[in-house]
Amino acid sequence: MESEVLIEAENLTKKFGDLVAVNNINFDIFKGECFGFLGPNGAGKTTTIKMIHCVLPLTSGKLTVAGMDVTEKGREIKEMIGVAPQEDNLDPDFTVFHNLMVYARYFDIPKAEAERRTEELLRFVRLEEKRDVIIEHLSAGMKRRLILARALINEPQILILDEPTTGLDPQARHLIWDKIRGLRKQGVTVVLTTHYMDEAAQLCDRLIIMDYGKIIEEGKPSTLIKKHVGEEVLEVAYDEEVTQLLPKTLQDARVEVVSDRIHVFTTKPKGVFAKMLKEVPFKEAMIRDANLEDVFLKLTGRRLRE
Amino acid sequence: MKQSDATSSFQLPKLSYRVWKVWMRDRDVFMKTYKTNFLPPLLEPILYLLALGFGLGGFVQTIDGEPYIQFIAPALVSIAIMFSSFYECTYGSFVRMYYQKTFDAIIATPVSLEEVIAGELLWGATKSLVNSSIVLGVIAAFGLIPSPLFLLVPLVSFIAGLLFSSVAMCFTAISPNMDSFNYPSFLFITPMFLISGTFFPITALPQTIQVISKIFFPLTHTVAVNRALVLGKLELNLLFNLVWLLAVTPVFFVLSINLMKKRLIK
Repeated sequence: MESEVLIEAENLTKKFGDLVAVNNINFDIFKGECFGFLGPNGAGKTTTIKMIHCVLPLTSGKLTVAGMDVTEKGREIKEMIGVAPQEDNLDPDFTVFHNLMVYARYFDIPKAEAERRTEELLRFVRLEEKRDVIIEHLSAGMKRRLILARALINEPQILILDEPTTGLDPQARHLIWDKIRGLRKQGVTVVLTTHYMDEAAQLCDRLIIMDYGKIIEEGKPSTLIKKHVGEEVLEVAYDEEVTQLLPKTLQDARVEVVSDRIHVFTTKPKGVFAKMLKEVPFKEAMIRDANLEDVFLKLTGRRLRE
Repeated sequence: MKQSDATSSFQLPKLSYRVWKVWMRDRDVFMKTYKTNFLPPLLEPILYLLALGFGLGGFVQTIDGEPYIQFIAPALVSIAIMFSSFYECTYGSFVRMYYQKTFDAIIATPVSLEEVIAGELLWGATKSLVNSSIVLGVIAAFGLIPSPLFLLVPLVSFIAGLLFSSVAMCFTAISPNMDSFNYPSFLFITPMFLISGTFFPITALPQTIQVISKIFFPLTHTVAVNRALVLGKLELNLLFNLVWLLAVTPVFFVLSINLMKKRLIK
């Protein structure tokens, strides 16, 4: 699968005045994979994907989609991409059905075909009962699903999802995840940004973590977790003694204090914490699997960005 | 995308048939609410004709040999042209651009931003055409259309409408928020409404104001042409009005598209 490069960025840079939003980054996205852009607010994720779907001109560098240069072949590239933006930009004056029909028209899809696809997509995102409802009467989750359906109206080879599940309840999130997985099976290449590490871990084959416009890490979620935070994390209640005792019991332990809890990381294989707890019973101890959020916070820090 | 600022404001936009897809979107919205849309252009001229034509007109002598109500009738058509496209492409376009993010949604498709703006401008012109035609119907009902040349008025409406749309879009491109539209409304639209030969001939004004009105006010030229067509009084100086409209419209059309590009493509 990892043979054909579909999207390729070389020294990609975007400046807004003095602000360098994307700073000389390189990445390849392969055909058929789900590729994630992670990073704190303002890291440059949305700017990068807006350059991919040709609505934001580059400052410098090179960016190609399916071998086509984004600065020259914007129209052709946009024909093969579906975009679900972060914000709701559905047409509030139209019904659910009409939103998709009007959008289909921008792609030159003939009316009969547009109707067929619209009905099919409404079934796909389970909005067929809301077909004739005006947008303002939809819930946030329904709007997200409709935006996903709209992004699929041109049967895109590449689907761009900018924070597809932000603000949704768990039911709606899982439905969107199911749909994304379904599309991947059909061969659609998915490019997504998200703040939810579980979402990235669930969906992405590979991802990059950006911060201040630069790529600070990239790879498979599982590889990144193993590389940066090991397999397991031990959480215990904060205690002066623990911070002193730990380095003696576990040589390579990395200790992080998070408010009233201590997180302990190790490169040692699974089971080492359980063994340790038998010897030294820490207060409120809990062993859990290391996850992408641990990686993210380790690499980008805990300081708020905004 | 990488040109100097001085030349970029007058780059000719690359437009295709996709402009009409944007136009159709706006038309579809209009048709959904057409019952309320048709009410103002129908009632407003009736009020003006009653209040100014019959009311005030009773105290006014004839102007250029025409009764007062006949004098203002073609001006009402012209005012409808101005108001409908100007407000469509200021408040209307601003809402679509800023609040509804409609432009963002469209440019994610093969339609370009230039085409989006051109579609908006053509829609503004269309609204002028529709609304002024309703007014034309009203003054016809009042028996105020003596010449068959009035059949050319819709064409004038579309061209002048395109001009007012383009001027409006320039303001939209530079306005930080909707409140800022108060400035063009009070400094541009209201003066035009009053002193473009609408309710009295501009010759009644001081010389300097006459000159300003003739150089800067699109409505002055629109009123002159429409009045001539409705009354069937063609004179040579009409050519000046026509040439003015035809020359200025493309300039603002191109300028407004470039200003919007500058605002939206960073």
